Amino acid sequence: MTGRAPQPPSGESPLDPPRVGGESLDSQSGPNDIGPDVLHGTGPAVRSAAPVGSAQPAAISALPVPGAGAPAVGRGGKVRIGDRVFALLASGASAFIIVVVVLVGVFLVVKSVPSIADDKVNFLTSTEFDPGAMRFGIAALLWVTVIVSVIAMIIAVPIAVGIALFITHYAPKRLARPVAYIIDLLAAIPSIIYGIWGYSELAPHLEGVQRGLSHLPSVLFNNEHPNGTIFDGGVVLAVMILPIITAISRDVFERTPLANIEAALALGATRWEMIRMAVLPYGRAGVVSGAMLGLGRALGETIAVYFILSTVGGFSFSIFTGGSTFASKIALGSSEFNNPQSTGAYIAAGLVLFLLTFLVNSAARAVVNRRKDFV
Amino acid sequence: MSTMTAPSTGLTFTKARGVRKIKNNVAAVLMTLSFVIALVPLVWLLYTVISKGAGVVVKSSWWTEDQSGIAADTPGGGAFHAIVGTAEQVALCAVISVPIALLVGIYLVEYGRGIFARVTTFMVDIMTGIPSIVAALFIYALFVTTLGGNRAGWLVSLALVILMVPVIVRTTEEMLRLVPNELREASYALGVPKWKTIVRVVIPTALSGLITGVVLGIARVAGETAPLLILVGYARTTNWNMFSNFQGALPLMIKDQFTNINTASSGTVTYHLDANGNRVAGAVANYAPDRLWGAALTLIIIVMGLNLVARLVGRRSNISS
Repeated sequence: MTGRAPQPPSGESPLDPPRVGGESLDSQSGPNDIGPDVLHGTGPAVRSAAPVGSAQPAAISALPVPGAGAPAVGRGGKVRIGDRVFALLASGASAFIIVVVVLVGVFLVVKSVPSIADDKVNFLTSTEFDPGAMRFGIAALLWVTVIVSVIAMIIAVPIAVGIALFITHYAPKRLARPVAYIIDLLAAIPSIIYGIWGYSELAPHLEGVQRGLSHLPSVLFNNEHPNGTIFDGGVVLAVMILPIITAISRDVFERTPLANIEAALALGATRWEMIRMAVLPYGRAGVVSGAMLGLGRALGETIAVYFILSTVGGFSFSIFTGGSTFASKIALGSSEFNNPQSTGAYIAAGLVLFLLTFLVNSAARAVVNRRKDFV
Repeated sequence: MSTMTAPSTGLTFTKARGVRKIKNNVAAVLMTLSFVIALVPLVWLLYTVISKGAGVVVKSSWWTEDQSGIAADTPGGGAFHAIVGTAEQVALCAVISVPIALLVGIYLVEYGRGIFARVTTFMVDIMTGIPSIVAALFIYALFVTTLGGNRAGWLVSLALVILMVPVIVRTTEEMLRLVPNELREASYALGVPKWKTIVRVVIPTALSGLITGVVLGIARVAGETAPLLILVGYARTTNWNMFSNFQGALPLMIKDQFTNINTASSGTVTYHLDANGNRVAGAVANYAPDRLWGAALTLIIIVMGLNLVARLVGRRSNISS
């Protein structure tokens, strides 16, 4: 259904590949189960007959099991050293990943809590950010981070969906691959180069757009600063997240069941009506998750925003002014990491950014996973 | 039934007319247009970098000399120090990341079942989403604040590991899942142990895909700047030892030249120094822009080159997806 080629030997399917040599005893069983199984002999029939659920309680309590792979038992009932070692290495590497991610969270919390405790203003609601004076709050950073990413999304999502539809349903077959490759090239360009290009080339050209938009009657569009604005940053971020949204949208659009497409066409639908009736409803979840992943990327982007956004004093809701996102503020402050307290303030900002991207990415993944259930 | 609703022509297959046709054409134009819109920044950016950076990059001294003793208003020098730094940092990162990431990928596909595998997958997902600046902050908090180390190039490599591992794990997983199960079963049937099956059958089958993943991972971290800002200072002199002192790197060089441009253009300096150190009236010669775009072009050449390699290797795949 998903278009994926042969099913892997993982997953909880009971139809695991039959294995000989007593290797089919898999990670479901903890080390405790090795003994009896060895006694029972090593025939495949015995293995497959063993209900998966029987070993569950012991397995769960013993997890994470080092060498959770196949307990390696040779034909004569001897443990195969090679298998042991390899399984141990593989699960050891996985354990390492888990430890690192947990450590990232723990260190950010441990290093930021003392500084937050010493904060002279409210950490959550203050718009100041002056770690030198121990007066720092995340309100302004949060606003700029979110609004710059939202601007990027508003620009990038429709274009990305358009490109994905162009590749899957409009471009001639011969052109589809090169077109997709060109879009992928956008993802290959390092973000610092987007930064200097956005600052020196794109931003000056956006001043006209900014003047035009500033006539709109909203506090969002107050024309406060001519260059290095949040709007400029949003446009550059839009270019940067375009490839990821395009790639994921393309993936889901390609998987639209042919029957739905043909049914729509058979009813006399035009190509656009077919897309609206068959392709878009089918791919909506994919587009949403692609957009969320792009959002996650935009929230954490550092160096492009660092170059483009001008720093301004004070806070306003306008998108035509400078400011700092979490990431660019931390980058700007990197020369001030001289004492643990002020460093802790920046680490606290990093922690909030970590939580923010984590939430957005989890939401994206939740959408994908819900989709998987009925695809 | 159908004859009652059919139009008088008797033919139900009529082409869409009126509003429907217009809508259809408008949609087609919009889709094509969105692709053209995406082309604009790509072409514009590449044109800018190439036209402004090619001047210095084509000189051989660019690739063999560093910037020691060269100020914004003195000509000459190259990016050798930055290329060395970037190469060393990325190489150390790859040496650490590749074995770990391949093993995790193998674990998830060949061994992983139950809660431990699910936790690993979840953690890899989280890792994918860690912003580069947060990875850098973590390494800083661990090695500099807690363990009292000094900022140096190898810390950058460690931060890059956090960014690179999930990329390689994802592609490894995908590639190993493409290996047909029949191959594994045939190997097991011959009595080959599982680890040998993985090393001698599964990995060789997926090798080109694995290499592609590794090279793409390297390309992704080569241009990362945030860890450099926090974990190492910029040195204009070539520093081969990444374990002590500051070190140049291409992104840092871009940033350094960026600062040079701004300080030179915002200042009120109306003279420059001649060879004897005397003040001479006239605007300051500023070579920073050339070097800025030169370093950018060098970085693009390296990253795009790696991408091209990855694509070529990927094309020689033994298995079709």
